[in-house]
Amino acid sequence: MWVYEKKLQYPVRVSKCDPMMAKFLLEQYGGADGELAAALRYLNQRYSIPDKVIGLLTDIGTEEFAHLEMIATMVYKLTKDATPDQLRAAGLGDHYVAHDNALFYQNASGVPWTAAYIQAKGDPIADLYEDIAAEEKARATYQWLIDITDDVDLQDGLKYLREREIVHSLRFREAVEILKEKRDEKKYY
Amino acid sequence: MQKTVDENYYKLLHELQAVDFVLVELNLYLDTHPGDANAIQQYNHYSQIRHQIAHKYESQYGPLKNFGQSYAGTPFNWIDAPWPWQV
Repeated sequence: MWVYEKKLQYPVRVSKCDPMMAKFLLEQYGGADGELAAALRYLNQRYSIPDKVIGLLTDIGTEEFAHLEMIATMVYKLTKDATPDQLRAAGLGDHYVAHDNALFYQNASGVPWTAAYIQAKGDPIADLYEDIAAEEKARATYQWLIDITDDVDLQDGLKYLREREIVHSLRFREAVEILKEKRDEKKYY
Repeated sequence: MQKTVDENYYKLLHELQAVDFVLVELNLYLDTHPGDANAIQQYNHYSQIRHQIAHKYESQYGPLKNFGQSYAGTPFNWIDAPWPWQV
């Protein structure tokens, strides 16, 4: 099971109301390589992965939910004082008429999240390679998000998340090596 | 019901976030290096410190966790604002 902890993993601050930046951040909320996709991908892959890496998938999958909450907090803080006119000017007019100021699992272009973004192949190496690729793509997206804003408070939170992608990628690479060693010694999982 | 958050609230929260960062890093490292006794010793050491900071935080600002993982006050203060995105 899971237990909720009433705090963010890392502080989230923004220095201004910026609904357009909130729209861009949705890529990491409900996008193909966003935090929701990451959490659901890893936690779902656990059931067919060798025991040696179930712990890693559990822990990284759980951490992704903490990151999802950080992105949600960024979007919330960037839009909470925005008027309908400001949302419209930021390209969120269609979001406003469907959701008001509610969050919705969609990417920066307004495409709803889909399970088609994630895979569980039953092949441990294939699954871990997908996980490494997902972390690297998310890292790249965080870099583009950092580059596209001049809000240093927001950048601080985004830089933290970018670094977490790097660590997760490294750990998944180590998991691949652990499985390869095991495969070579036993010829089966 | 919104409790007042003061400077001390942020100080304690940041202390907790800092020690939890150490712990999440050690945890993920140990997931792929389970034989590193020194890292396990660090993990258990910081786990103890974490417990102390969380206790201090909860005695002033209410429960951090649900489902009986933290002690609750009367009236049931788990449901009190602020929630994490509100501070």
